[in-house]
Amino acid sequence: MNWVNAVIQGILLGGQYALIACGLSLTFGVMRIVNLAHGDLAVCGAYLGLVLSSALGVPVWVTLPLLLPAAFGAGMALQLLLFGRALRHGVLAPVLVTFGLSVMVENLLQVAATSDPRGLPGGSLALASFHITSGITVSWLFLTAFLTACAVLSGLQLLLSHTSWGRKVRATADDLDTARLVGIRVRPVFATVAGIAIATAALAGVFIGTIGTFDPQTGTDVLIFAFEAVVIGGIGSLWGTLIGGVALGVTQVVVGEVNQAYAVLAVNLLFLAVLTIRPGGLFTSRQVVREAAGQGAAG
Amino acid sequence: MKRNTATGSRGTEPSATPVPVSRWSRTATGFTGVSVLAVAVMAVIPFIIGGPAEQPLITLLTFVAMASLWNLLAGFSGLTSFGQQAYIGVGAYALYLVAEHGVNPFGGIAVAAIIAAVVALPVSALVLRLSGGYFAVATLVVAATFQIIATLSPSVGGTTGVSVPGVAGYGDVLREALTYWATLVVAVASVAGVYLLVRRTFGLDARALSSDPVAAASSGVRVGRIRLLAYLAAAGGAGAVGALIALQTLYVEPTSIFSIQYSVYMLFMVLIGGMGTIEGPILGALVLFALQETLSSYGSWYLVIVGGLAVAATLAASRGLWGFASERFGWSLLPVGYRVRQPPQSDPQPPPK
Repeated sequence: MNWVNAVIQGILLGGQYALIACGLSLTFGVMRIVNLAHGDLAVCGAYLGLVLSSALGVPVWVTLPLLLPAAFGAGMALQLLLFGRALRHGVLAPVLVTFGLSVMVENLLQVAATSDPRGLPGGSLALASFHITSGITVSWLFLTAFLTACAVLSGLQLLLSHTSWGRKVRATADDLDTARLVGIRVRPVFATVAGIAIATAALAGVFIGTIGTFDPQTGTDVLIFAFEAVVIGGIGSLWGTLIGGVALGVTQVVVGEVNQAYAVLAVNLLFLAVLTIRPGGLFTSRQVVREAAGQGAAG
Repeated sequence: MKRNTATGSRGTEPSATPVPVSRWSRTATGFTGVSVLAVAVMAVIPFIIGGPAEQPLITLLTFVAMASLWNLLAGFSGLTSFGQQAYIGVGAYALYLVAEHGVNPFGGIAVAAIIAAVVALPVSALVLRLSGGYFAVATLVVAATFQIIATLSPSVGGTTGVSVPGVAGYGDVLREALTYWATLVVAVASVAGVYLLVRRTFGLDARALSSDPVAAASSGVRVGRIRLLAYLAAAGGAGAVGALIALQTLYVEPTSIFSIQYSVYMLFMVLIGGMGTIEGPILGALVLFALQETLSSYGSWYLVIVGGLAVAATLAASRGLWGFASERFGWSLLPVGYRVRQPPQSDPQPPPK
């Protein structure tokens, strides 16, 4: 029964990882940028939630209508001011710029909020849970996080498949130059994609902050988990990202059941194992793999 | 993938009038002379000034070594690793382990470098499958994994860490002087090693593949082998740097030895100084050293400035300070390319970089 419980908790935890990872996957899929500041921006979202909820005196959920548009705007601004410019400076520039941004964000948070671990007020939802059987208790908060992840992923998938915006995004992702040639204005497409990516990161940050604690250095760990979910699931595949997140979550909880100290190590080893056996991840399109591997095939 | 020598893929197509091409210049001779003199002066500093000058110079020389090695990876070979702290850590722990087994800790630096390179070999098989941002994050994962492994290993002190054995026999003055000399050797070896490596065919291949891997591969560059060589060399160098850090602090502790700060510093120095040049990282090391001396009391703001300058340098001055200077004034103290000495009048071509 313990093991069943561990697997269920792991699946629910995986939802959170997928929620963080989908923005990373989207940014890479469309702009070919691996945003190394993604985790730090998620943590920024958590801090913003903390500031808003304590200023307004409400649970953090109530602040989401303010927080998510702010994060969306921040994402657009970052794309227009930084990432877009970096893309014009070759393939290495985005990596360097987003890493520099990550260093800045972490240390600005350190200055503004000190390194004390914080948590977010989740209201009554944070503590409520229900029993499936005597041995299995599911926290409403974990379930909400998982269902939110599923909803965000389905929403994104629907937007990408069925709207004119989605067609523009897919066209741009497939072939930037041809997309320009047929009259797609790439800048607004990229800006909205970055906005959505950062908004989902901020939403994930709120869940991270409500479920556990966070400090300015949390961002790097968040980035690593998100990245591992993306690679395990398959680069550029949204549903693959969910499977990747679930694989991470289940590994972490099941190994943690045996020995807590080895949980994160096991997750990293799972990632390295997938990289060895199936470098393209479990679900992915060939073209994207080739791009992520770059010249790997040529060597 | 064989090199096609018939078509002269090296870019030295025979033309009707032979163009005199040189790799060296009078400036370069002069600068090499000055460098040798500077290294000689630095070598005798422990006899003249002693301790007070050694500590800051150790920091500076460590920066120089780190910057040159990262430049070999990112600047010349296009491998932006943010996980070199993995090998700094491996080097530090390797130094502890060999010193524990009775090897002289100063001699142990070379062993630590070799161990780091050996550890890098299986890791390279994984991370070199990726490139760009994905390679960058994968190296971060490797560094995080190494840190966890060190934390979980009681034989190297777990979370509390270990102190470096075998140095108690030296007096403080002698120990500091030996550490200083060892750092000088590692820094000079890093700069000179990278320079000599880049001047060989390797340098041309590496720069070709970092600007366009597919085109490089199609003209006969052995992409996999070049990337592997760069990765192993940089890992070995980082191992030596890690061993030096262990000797300076006399204590190895997982959180600080696997700190991502080392990667931040490497990135900053190379970007500010100028990626893909030999002189740039040295200049960048001087800038970081000056910044650290003046701003380190500001704590986190110091790192905010470091990160901000790195972003600004990438976007606004992607060739760094040295790139700017060499473009503006035509300086080249340690040339790696070929220059046309007297461009033939019939066909005035700009000298190739």
